[in-house]
Amino acid sequence: METIYMSKVKKSKVEQNPKQEVSVSAKVAEAQNVNLFYGDFHALKNISFEATPNTVTALIGPSGCGKSTFLRLFNRMNDLIDGVSISGKILLNGENIYDRKTDVDNLRKRVGMVFQKPNPFPKSIYENVAYGLRVNGISDKNYISEKVRTSLVQAALWDEVKDNLKKSAFELSGGQQQRLCIARALAVEPELVLMDEPASALDPISTAKIEDLIYELKKTYAIIIVTHNMQQAGRVSDFTSFFYMGELIEHGSTKQIFTSPKDIKTQNYVTGRFG
Amino acid sequence: MLFLILGFIIVRGIGVINWTFLTAMPKEGMTGGGIFPAIVGTFSLIIGSMLFAFPIGVLSGIYINEYLKESWFKSFIRMMTNNLAGVPSIVFGLFGMALFVNKLKFGDSILAGSLTLGLLALPVIIRTTEEALKSVDDSLRIGSYALGATKLQTIYKVVLPISFPNILTGLILSMGRVSGETAPILFTVAAYFLPKLPHSIFDQVMALPYHLYVLTTSGTNMEASRPMAYGTAFVLVAIVLMFNLIANALRRYFGKKVKMN
Repeated sequence: METIYMSKVKKSKVEQNPKQEVSVSAKVAEAQNVNLFYGDFHALKNISFEATPNTVTALIGPSGCGKSTFLRLFNRMNDLIDGVSISGKILLNGENIYDRKTDVDNLRKRVGMVFQKPNPFPKSIYENVAYGLRVNGISDKNYISEKVRTSLVQAALWDEVKDNLKKSAFELSGGQQQRLCIARALAVEPELVLMDEPASALDPISTAKIEDLIYELKKTYAIIIVTHNMQQAGRVSDFTSFFYMGELIEHGSTKQIFTSPKDIKTQNYVTGRFG
Repeated sequence: MLFLILGFIIVRGIGVINWTFLTAMPKEGMTGGGIFPAIVGTFSLIIGSMLFAFPIGVLSGIYINEYLKESWFKSFIRMMTNNLAGVPSIVFGLFGMALFVNKLKFGDSILAGSLTLGLLALPVIIRTTEEALKSVDDSLRIGSYALGATKLQTIYKVVLPISFPNILTGLILSMGRVSGETAPILFTVAAYFLPKLPHSIFDQVMALPYHLYVLTTSGTNMEASRPMAYGTAFVLVAIVLMFNLIANALRRYFGKKVKMN
């Protein structure tokens, strides 16, 4: 939502797109010359981007720079907002997900998402994790139980809840709830995991747990994470994209972005001079 | 003030209440006997009107809150629903007589009366449903969509279970309201004196509020029927009160259950 509060920017000359310096075999997620408008407000400007398997890509930038909007392109959550128009291509494992033939509900099964505030359903822990399977028409009880267990294990929550799976999800702490939401997203075996500031509402200890978890999940998934926290981006990500006023200013390995940024705006931001 | 009214009715009415009063037919020109047919009549009207109004009201509420986008059309529907809730009940009565009794030829019947009362309850049910749905946090809907749930699945599996206690409360409160209405049943179903039970939905029935009206204004022997009137008022108030208490209890029960589930 933050993009909505952005001030209108004069259409300055679009910055040269960052050269795609990362060349890895497969691309899980890819954006090609994407533009997004809220009404007549140009929120994302000609963005090209890619994320590769078993990596974490951090999207950083000041509030309202378009990073969350960009994240939501990959599971078409922006479709839920009125007056959004999009041009360009977004590819998920090579398939254009803004194609007219795309089944949006099916797409969202393929892309897991974790939100800023933990949003478990008012159901039991078990049912929260099983939800994604159930709405996808899976009813095999053994399969669901097994999937609930493995997802909770993956989300590093199993040991804390294994004896209380029937308990309401609301009885968990904030950090546990967020890990439950991660387990819920993993249960449907997504091809890509999106995280929108997943730790910003949590205390430092819970945050550390989530960060460890992200490090573990990387072994299985490609992850794109939006974060306001520079240290966090440095800790968890392999690649970093810096967004500013709707433009992707710079994309590169996290180390390079933080130690030798090419663009002066990136440098100013990562060194804390603005933002 | 409420206690004054309640106290008055209880003091005057409680003496009349006994098993015979509740289960017997009225007799001796309504100065003796009981009010059993009126109780049965009132309950059949409540059930009939809710069978009609509840599904339509809840579906309308879901449609307005979940499917309609913010637009002049939505505000227009809201305004009309509010206006409908403000229409005097006697107007509903006349409308019911014109449409159900005469045009559709249901005659003075439980069916016609239930439909008329249902219309009266409809805007209340729509509004409470809408409010109940609105109080469900959007982040839950978004979370459900993000897992690949369709809109229908999201409504059915996430939104409705959470809002159900509030919807139910609205339903039961409107049952209380319906049970006390006199004007809408005046021309559509209520019988002045009918000491037998209905056999089908096309029969007329006596009903508590109208029976009370008859007893206080046009009985054969006003003085003799006065205690009967207080007794009837007592029963009526007890029924309305009961509905409110049930609404409260259910809300609490489900409020807990939803969290635990």
